[in-house]
Amino acid sequence: MNSVVELKNLAKSARKEIIKMISAAGSGHPGGSLSIVEILVYLYFRELNVDPKNPDWEDRDRLVLSKGHGAPALYAVLALKGFFPISELSTLRKTGSRLQGHPDMSLTPGVDMTAGSLGQGLSAANGMAFGLRLRKRRLRVFAIMGDGECQEGQVWEAAMAAGYHTLSNLTVLLDYNKLQLDGPVARIMDLEPLADKWRAFNWEVQEIDGHDFAEVERALEHMKAVEERPHMIIAHTVKGKGVSFMEGNPAWHGRAPNAEQTEQALKEIEGG
Amino acid sequence: MGEVHTDIRESFIETLIDVARNDGRIVVLDSDVSTSTKTHAFAQVFPDRFIELGVAEQSMVGTAAGLATIGFTPFVCCYAVFASCRAYDQVRMSVAQTRLNVKIVGTHGGISVGMDGPTHHAIEDISLMRTLPHFRVISPADEAETRAATAHVAEIDGPCYLRLLRVKVPRIFDEAYEFIPGRGVLLSPGSDITLVATGIMLSRAMGAREILENEGYSIRLINIHTIKPIDIDIILEAAATTKGIVTCEDHSICGGLGSAVAEILARRHPTRVSNVGLKDCFAESATCDALFQKYGLNSEAIAAAARELLH
Repeated sequence: MNSVVELKNLAKSARKEIIKMISAAGSGHPGGSLSIVEILVYLYFRELNVDPKNPDWEDRDRLVLSKGHGAPALYAVLALKGFFPISELSTLRKTGSRLQGHPDMSLTPGVDMTAGSLGQGLSAANGMAFGLRLRKRRLRVFAIMGDGECQEGQVWEAAMAAGYHTLSNLTVLLDYNKLQLDGPVARIMDLEPLADKWRAFNWEVQEIDGHDFAEVERALEHMKAVEERPHMIIAHTVKGKGVSFMEGNPAWHGRAPNAEQTEQALKEIEGG
Repeated sequence: MGEVHTDIRESFIETLIDVARNDGRIVVLDSDVSTSTKTHAFAQVFPDRFIELGVAEQSMVGTAAGLATIGFTPFVCCYAVFASCRAYDQVRMSVAQTRLNVKIVGTHGGISVGMDGPTHHAIEDISLMRTLPHFRVISPADEAETRAATAHVAEIDGPCYLRLLRVKVPRIFDEAYEFIPGRGVLLSPGSDITLVATGIMLSRAMGAREILENEGYSIRLINIHTIKPIDIDIILEAAATTKGIVTCEDHSICGGLGSAVAEILARRHPTRVSNVGLKDCFAESATCDALFQKYGLNSEAIAAAARELLH
C-alpha cells in the first residue's frame, strides 16, 4: 500500500503533468484539474480495484469523471498508474491523440465513461451501480462531480434515482472548489445548503478537505459501512490548488499557461 | 374495410419478452409510461430486469448507458418526442459518442399520436436520431415488420432508434415476411412514379397507389424500414426507372426520410422529388385521420403529389 508520503509525491507529479500537458496543448482546464488531484491519486493508488494491464477487466471498480473538463488530472493519474505511457500526455488535444479534450471511453485505456457535457456522469454511474448489483458483483462505482455541474437538472434526477434505489455501491466525490467558469458558484447559482440537498435525496453525506489524504481515507472508510444509501463525499477544495496565481482565480478555469507561467507553476509545485 | 389493424407496441414488447428469455443482457428502463409503452408486460415477466426511473428521461438514458458499460442491452422506452427531444444531449454524448449498446424505443412516433396534441407529436425524432453518428434508425410499418425489427435491434451491437406508433396500423406483411436490415422493400415495380414510404405511411402510400393505378399510372412502391443506414441502391434504381419520387412520412419534411432520399438523389442521380409529411409546422389535437387529412398525409395527398410530379 502506498504511504501518505508516496501519495503526496504522486500528487506532485500529477500536478506537474497537468500543467505541462495543458501548456503543450495550448488549451484546457487547469483550475478544476488541480483541485481533484488528491481525490484521483487516493482513488487510483489506494481504493480502486483496477488493473492497468487489463483496463477492460470485468471485475474492476468503475470511475466516472462526470466533470469531464478535469480530464488532464484523470489522464495524469492514469498514466502514473501505468494505463498508458506518461510520454503520451503531451499529445493531449492534438490530432490523432487518444487523449481528447474531455474523456472518451472508446479511446483512452482506463476511462470508464465518456464525459464533457455536464450533469450526465451521475446517471451513467447509477447505471453501472445497477448493472453490478444485477450481476451480483461486489464491485464499486465512483464518480467525481463538479460543483457548477450540480446546477444541471439531470444531476438531481440521478440523485433522486440513486437514493430511491439505494445504490450503496455508488460513491460520489463532489469537487466543491466554489468557482465556476464565470465566477464564484455562490454568485452564479448558489448550491447551498449543498449537504442538506443530498441528505434530502437520501444520500449519506460526509464533508472533508479534499486535499487531505487522511480525510479522504476517513470518509471512504466511513462509507464502506453504509449499505442503505448512496454515498456523497463533499470535498472542499481549492480551484487551481498548488499554483499560487491560479488558486481561487476563475480566470484559470479554462486557460493554458504561457511558457513563463508554466515555468513558474512547475517551480511552485516542485517547491510545494 | 376488411383490414386487420394491430398495435405494434404490443408486437414490440411480445417479441422483446421472447428474446429476453434467452438473452439475459436485456433490461428495460421506464420513465413512468410503462402502461403506455406496453413495457409493463416485460416488468411482469422480468421484474428484476425492469428499472423504473420516474419522469426523468435524461436520467433514464444516462442510466442505460451505464448499464451498457457493464454488458447489458438496455431498452429505453418512452414517447418518441421525449426519447429524442427531451434527452437528446444524453443520447448524443452518453450513447452515440460512446457507441454503447443502448436501444432507444420511441413508442409514439408522428402526428398519428393524435389528440394529445403537438407537445406529444414526435415530428423531429427521425431527423434528430439520423443526424447522430453511429446510430441506426428503424421505423417499421406493421406487426410483422415490428417483430422482425425488434429481434434485429436486440441482436446487433450498438446504438439504435426504433420508432413505433400509438395508433393501430393495418397488417401489410404476412408471417413469411423477410426483414433484411438496411434494405428497402420493393412492393410493386411500376415505371411512372415511385412512392417511398416509412412506418404508418406505407399503408397510406398503398392507398395512393390504388388511386393512381385506377387512373392508369404505373406505380413503384418502396417501403423503407431502415432509414439509417438507408438502402441507396433501391432509391437509385427507382430514380432510374421512374419519372419522380414521392416520399411519405409521418414526420416533418425537414430532416427525415424525405431528406435522406433527397440527399442521395442530389449526390448521385438528380431526380424530381416531392415530400409528403408535416410541412415545417406543428400540428394540433385531433384524431389521426383528421390530422392526416388536414396536414396532407393521407392517400389523396400522396396521389396529388405524384400527379404534380408527372405533369
